[in-house]
Amino acid sequence: MNNSQIAIPGKLIAVEGLDGSGKSTQIQLLRRWLELESYKVFFTEWNSSAIVKKATSKGKKTKSLTPTTFSLIHCTDFADRYERQILPLLMAGYIVLADRYVFTAYARDAVRGVDRQWVRKLYSFARAPDITFFFDVPLQIALGRILAGRPELKYHEAGMDLGLSDSPTESFGIFQGMIYEEYLKISTECNFVRIDATDAPENQQATMRRILQSKIKIEQFKSVSRWRRDRGQTVLR
Amino acid sequence: MAKQFYGKGIPGLAPSELRGTLIAIEGGDGAGRSTQVMMLKEYLERRGFPVIEFGLKRSNLVGKELGEAMEGNSLGPLTFSLFYATDFADQLETTVFTALRAGFVVIADRYIFTPMARDIVRGAHRDWCKEVYGFAPVPDIVIYLKTRSKLQAERIFEKSGVLGYWESGMDIQRSGDMYQCFVRYQDWLRKKFDWMAAEYRFDVVDGNRDPRLIHAEVQERVAHLLEESAPVERTNHNKLPKAPKRKVSAKIRKRPGKSP
Repeated sequence: MNNSQIAIPGKLIAVEGLDGSGKSTQIQLLRRWLELESYKVFFTEWNSSAIVKKATSKGKKTKSLTPTTFSLIHCTDFADRYERQILPLLMAGYIVLADRYVFTAYARDAVRGVDRQWVRKLYSFARAPDITFFFDVPLQIALGRILAGRPELKYHEAGMDLGLSDSPTESFGIFQGMIYEEYLKISTECNFVRIDATDAPENQQATMRRILQSKIKIEQFKSVSRWRRDRGQTVLR
Repeated sequence: MAKQFYGKGIPGLAPSELRGTLIAIEGGDGAGRSTQVMMLKEYLERRGFPVIEFGLKRSNLVGKELGEAMEGNSLGPLTFSLFYATDFADQLETTVFTALRAGFVVIADRYIFTPMARDIVRGAHRDWCKEVYGFAPVPDIVIYLKTRSKLQAERIFEKSGVLGYWESGMDIQRSGDMYQCFVRYQDWLRKKFDWMAAEYRFDVVDGNRDPRLIHAEVQERVAHLLEESAPVERTNHNKLPKAPKRKVSAKIRKRPGKSP
């Protein structure tokens, strides 16, 4: 359980940033590139453990989560993915791409008033990523992207549990602003590699690929198998 | 009673708000906890204290899901550990704190120490466990029923006829029959409890005795605790008619320790 420090063959790349910062788009592009080049790559996203998800969504639906249980249940979800996917894949020598990592919890939980050191301790079993890209975008741009496309905001997503405002849209704006401040605060501590998320998408992708190649000897991750997964199908190369 | 938390506590909650009494009963599987909780609850209610009890895996939030996950045996130790912590925190925040604010006596049938012992036996780091449960208030008393593993097994056989998969630690053992596994696993847990007994100042009670004798000792310790805190709220009530009870319990204890 406490192997967050030992050397392992795999590499872990995480993306962080506000909703609407474009991080998911960028990590998907990175994934496509690595897959098409036949590297051993695996993608994982926040909040996706099947077993824990049921409890999490119930808690959210009934609005019965407190800052402490919100924090704990997300950590449980993360632990499940970490123990069963992320760590085994890293041990097996994969490049693991994570759409959000522990830093999302650091930022969100701190905004909800949970003790910062406690949250770090909770997640201390998790390895630090080899690279964490932080998609830095001015708050108004991120808000514009989200609110234009998806006006129906969920209760916790909008940070309504914080009692910032009765209007979900307004609450979301204030909440995102607070998270952004928190991201900036932890940026140095967590070794964020800043990506200017207002730049053209293809330029952002080029930067990511360049940084990845400069930090990781990527050739060693070439898949030896001639089989690879492509769009859910196994195809012969 | 004046409370404090083991660690950082709960955001926005001042421990001084929790004016009730928190009693934790700890011990291995089959140590006789539930019997003692029942008898203690009866005793307290007879004395006029409102009592609620809680325990592990009973939260509305994740209790059911945790139970299902255990049947499937598909979670890793770390996930279990955090799942239990979530369950525990939810019960604290939805039930326990409310009762303590209102001045109730809350009896915990197992507290944070059982999950901690289980986690540590499965490889979790002590310090990590301590930190995780930093949201838990320090009970006014932790009564630890220290019992021999073989007697625990006997009690379980008498009660239900079968040893459980988890209480036998089958998930972490590869050799021996279920009984051997149970005894070995409970021995491991007891070692962790022994360490915690010193670290967290448990009141250690010999659990290898007749339940009534154990209750007499538990009752005495709890009565002592309640009297200590009594002057704050019950200054004018003088002393409760406790003398006869004392005699009874003393008489019971004088009997030579014939084990049942």
